[in-house]
Amino acid sequence: MTRAIKPARLLVALLFLVVAAGAAGAEELRGTGDLGIVIERTAGAVQIIETSGRTSLGRIEGLGDLSHASAVFSRDGRYAFVFGRDGGLSKLDLLTRRLVKRVVQAGNSIGGAISQDGSLIAVSNYEPGGVRLFDAETLAPVADIPAVYGATGARSKVVGLVDAPGNRFVFSLYDAGEIWIADVAQPDKPVITKFAEIGLQPYDALVTPDGRTYIAGLFGEDGLAMLDLWRPEAGVRRLLDGYGRGEEKLPVYKMPHLEGWARAGDRIFLPAVGRHELLVLDAKTFTEIGRIPVHGQPVFAIARPDGRQVWVNFAHPLNDTVQIIDTQSLEIVQAIQPGKAVMHLEFTPRGENVWISVRDADRVDVYDTDSFARIGSIPADKPSGIFLTARANRIGL
Amino acid sequence: MLAAVLVLAASTAGAAPPGGDRQAALLYLLRQDCGSCHGATMGGGLAPPLLPHSLAETPDDALIAAILDGRPGTPMPPWRFEISPDEAAWMVRQLKGGLAE
Ligand code: HEC
Repeated sequence: MTRAIKPARLLVALLFLVVAAGAAGAEELRGTGDLGIVIERTAGAVQIIETSGRTSLGRIEGLGDLSHASAVFSRDGRYAFVFGRDGGLSKLDLLTRRLVKRVVQAGNSIGGAISQDGSLIAVSNYEPGGVRLFDAETLAPVADIPAVYGATGARSKVVGLVDAPGNRFVFSLYDAGEIWIADVAQPDKPVITKFAEIGLQPYDALVTPDGRTYIAGLFGEDGLAMLDLWRPEAGVRRLLDGYGRGEEKLPVYKMPHLEGWARAGDRIFLPAVGRHELLVLDAKTFTEIGRIPVHGQPVFAIARPDGRQVWVNFAHPLNDTVQIIDTQSLEIVQAIQPGKAVMHLEFTPRGENVWISVRDADRVDVYDTDSFARIGSIPADKPSGIFLTARANRIGL
Repeated sequence: MLAAVLVLAASTAGAAPPGGDRQAALLYLLRQDCGSCHGATMGGGLAPPLLPHSLAETPDDALIAAILDGRPGTPMPPWRFEISPDEAAWMVRQLKGGLAE
């Protein structure tokens, strides 16, 4: 048994092994339900992760400026569409871990959405201000919706773009203070319905998981603008008008996000702009029922999928902490310090774990949401957004 | 009078540059935290670009004041709590000269 193997034979054997392993890898079947991506904002790269073994499967580079990048998924969960700050739209194959196609579709963009039927990708742009539609298969341009407003023909930056049932997209015009609905039943001829004077500087928006209610947060005044997509003819209604009336607003070091907004039972939790508070709304009437004082200015307030907890991260310079709120008692039940610059949180689809990006520590950590123990970690270069494929099946994500 | 002289000094190229570690920290702050509104490469986002050609027309003083005290009525927040006048002057010089890639 201790017969020496000739180097040449060994080499052949090794080569065979390598080839066999490669072939097996290519043929090995796997689903996409536990996959996701982590944005490495300054490196212009994306890591592909899986949440069962909590590992990184690979990395795709060359995606441009990914500061503030976000992503949506094809309905089969195989492809991620990544929206870069520099106007880049990249289609990634999570299974082969390859960049399928990349187009630079504008000078400066902020986010995007996928249509209800999965056939169209919409991108919201700051420069030139508007929305562009692309074929999800080929990324070929399909339509252009310039966000022109007012008498001067100026173009507004577009924010808060979401998909809605009926093959519609809904978005807000930051400079114009308008909400537009684009019906894309005929993709190359979008039909636009405009709502003007909805409030000053809408900075982000959300749509409820049933696709019925669109809510834009206002930066220029205290309040939110709500549109019932089942009854758009009723117009835009103001929520929490002047919620900070008479109080000096604190300067804002990072714009809060409304995506991933938290609904728990009959309550909605939203970050207040320029305040160390979460706003609590009644989910039926959309009126304020309380406020929760928190550690800093909230950036994301995200509900665990079962709605029992809301996890909150904070703006610079208090961004090393995450607080966890019990949605029944409205108490802060736990605080963790993952490290400096917590950028984003994403729950696994059933909520047993949460993935947290810690930018300045160059890590993505995984926490158990029951024990609050850190149960995993992967190195990542200045990680920001984390996006799991479960989003593929949800309206508005 | 002394204060005026000091302000003037701070806003000219004569201001003492921050030390090496602090320079690195300020550049990091620029790209990451200023970048969340102005874009990581300063090309603009919800906030306007901070590229050499976009800043060329604006006097240093106005830019330094914007950094230290913010621009009330806009989302630009004040940074005086963590950036000194000398450091703001140095940042403006970096921005006007263009950040290295
Ligand atoms: C929360 C968003 C936000 C953050 C964070 C932010 N800025 Fe700004 N900044 C703005 C906005 C909006 C303006 C435009 C204000 C106006 O309309 O006059 C601006 C304007 C400026 C200006 C003036 C530009 C000009 O052409 O007059 C400078 C300089 C500037 N910012 C530097 C910085 C620096 C340096 C940082 C980080 C230390 C920073 N900003 C962080 C939003 C932000």
